[in-house]
Amino acid sequence: MIRATGPDSLLIIVPAWNEEGAVGAVVRAVKKYVPGAPVLVIDDSSKDGTLERAKEAGAAVLPLPHHLGLGGCVQAGYKLAYELGFQYVIRVDGDGQHDPRDIPRIFERLKESGCEMVIGSRFVDGAQAHTGAARGIGIRFFRWVLRPILGKEVHDPTSGFVGVNRAALDVFSRSFPLDYPEIEALVVLQRRRFRFEEVPCKMLPRTTGRSSITAVKSLYYIAHVLLGVFVNVLKYDRRRRKSGQGG
Amino acid sequence: MQSLLNITTVLSLLLLALVLLSVRRAHIRVEYSVSWLLASVAMLLLSRARPVLDFMTRRFGIPDTPLTLFLIAGSVFLIMFFRFSVIISHLRDDNIALAQRVAILEYHIQSIRAHEE
Repeated sequence: MIRATGPDSLLIIVPAWNEEGAVGAVVRAVKKYVPGAPVLVIDDSSKDGTLERAKEAGAAVLPLPHHLGLGGCVQAGYKLAYELGFQYVIRVDGDGQHDPRDIPRIFERLKESGCEMVIGSRFVDGAQAHTGAARGIGIRFFRWVLRPILGKEVHDPTSGFVGVNRAALDVFSRSFPLDYPEIEALVVLQRRRFRFEEVPCKMLPRTTGRSSITAVKSLYYIAHVLLGVFVNVLKYDRRRRKSGQGG
Repeated sequence: MQSLLNITTVLSLLLLALVLLSVRRAHIRVEYSVSWLLASVAMLLLSRARPVLDFMTRRFGIPDTPLTLFLIAGSVFLIMFFRFSVIISHLRDDNIALAQRVAILEYHIQSIRAHEE
């Protein structure tokens, strides 16, 4: 069982759905490179042996009663981390694409910068990237969309390799986008005047399974995320105008 | 035109019967059946009120009376679909929050048990 200890308590969360081929290695690698931090695997109601592999590798597990999708799965981890009093949470995907050797760098930047969110980015400072052509186009498109909204460049808006501090944890445990959460989460934070930074990270090719984002789903993804971004922008701007009138 | 109105009447009656039967068998909750009942009654009344349809056709400059009937029926059902989308969205949010709560409470229970052992 996990518990928060000290003022810089860190929890590594690993959302996983049908990742029995990779999740054990992910947990072991995280434990190797970040030995002091507890690892929590949030099992999104997998039909395979994900839960057992995670336990065998020494992770604490949070099994969800039914499949919620990535956003609901990650948010469950944020909620538990917040309740347990953790100061920092870093999310590592269960498919083995995030290199756990980068976790200490994200953690250090979180503590040093005081930023609410630090993103492990494939595209800053010459970091390597393993992305398909369609995904590359999508990333460039969302960079262009997000630039005026966020007020600064975000090189890798779709990265799920993300660290957050307790202030962001507080927000995300109450409100977190449910489908394709990465880009919308940035807008949610920016609207609250929170800050984010990027650190260069390596992304590894998948060792098992297949990405859930297919070519056909890409169009749906773009439409869905665009709508989510603009709804968030409008929602927070309206709220700000109302509070301005009230004050 | 008259045959179209007659078909609409029959379909409305069928829908009305289906909704009432579903409520009786508890396949649909009463609060969600009200919209369907209102829609079917509205379509039934309209299909039996030709002068009202003709008046609306002239008033809104619609070229054909059957088109008016289709427009009204389409609008009614679009509003209902939207209403149910809102309800489903709320249910999904509640469902996710509940599932997360259950998982977290189970985690706490396991922690307490492990601590006691």
